[in-house]
Amino acid sequence: MSDWFSEPANWVFLVVGLGVAGSALRVVTSKNVVHAALYLVATLAGTAVLFLLLSAEFVAWVLVLVYIGAVVVLFLFGIMITRAPIGYDASLDNNRRAVAAVVSGALFLLMSWAAIDFFGSEPLQGIGEGTPTELLGESILGRFVFPFEIVSFVLLAALIGGITVARKDATPAEAEEQV
Amino acid sequence: MTLAPILVLAALLFSLGVYGLLARRNAVLVLLAIELMLNAVNINLVAFEAMLRDSLAIGQVFTIFVITVAAAEVGIGLAIVLLIFRNRATANVDDFSLMKW
Repeated sequence: MSDWFSEPANWVFLVVGLGVAGSALRVVTSKNVVHAALYLVATLAGTAVLFLLLSAEFVAWVLVLVYIGAVVVLFLFGIMITRAPIGYDASLDNNRRAVAAVVSGALFLLMSWAAIDFFGSEPLQGIGEGTPTELLGESILGRFVFPFEIVSFVLLAALIGGITVARKDATPAEAEEQV
Repeated sequence: MTLAPILVLAALLFSLGVYGLLARRNAVLVLLAIELMLNAVNINLVAFEAMLRDSLAIGQVFTIFVITVAAAEVGIGLAIVLLIFRNRATANVDDFSLMKW
């Protein structure tokens, strides 16, 4: 155990991991919708730091840009548009919290047991070295160019689908007027 | 640095996401919980990439794919929530029983 603490990367992981776990807990237990969304920002920022620690710089900044920059803003818009109760509200949770806690606790115990059992002392390589973005670019546009194109198509379909679903349809009277 | 603590953190995030998915009533908060679960998957992918260090950086490439799909999912999900809110004037998932028989 003293071995574990002698490595500086482990200290960073301990601090960041506790921050991520605490704010993730607040995301699912907060009584305030806006606070829950802002705690998600803290969770994702901690995850980005963890990615930097695991020498995945490009992915860390993609996470910051896409998640914190776009997805959370979208969530805040959604909260405002659906007029979710801003401020303290006890009715955000249903009455099955005990069952949910048992299920998720059992899942956590099972998954962490499996992780420790199978990868107990597996060392990580190249901590603090960094992955060259060039390598990622060659990988995405070389070996994985087909999935990349499919993902871009998914994004396009989601864009068009989002507009189509959320658009306000004209009432029959309005539609007649437009013709 | 070893792999197991990172996997345990990811398992914790995933379980918290499952808890939020089951315990929340507000549809926007259910989507937030799904984001937590996807984030746990991302941490796992990057951690395994840091263990294997293959020549194609497959773990990081797939993390980017997961982030992209998550962004698409949030867009569509919020559009559906918005539509249901407009028709039913509520965002509580307990009240959405349209497809129950």
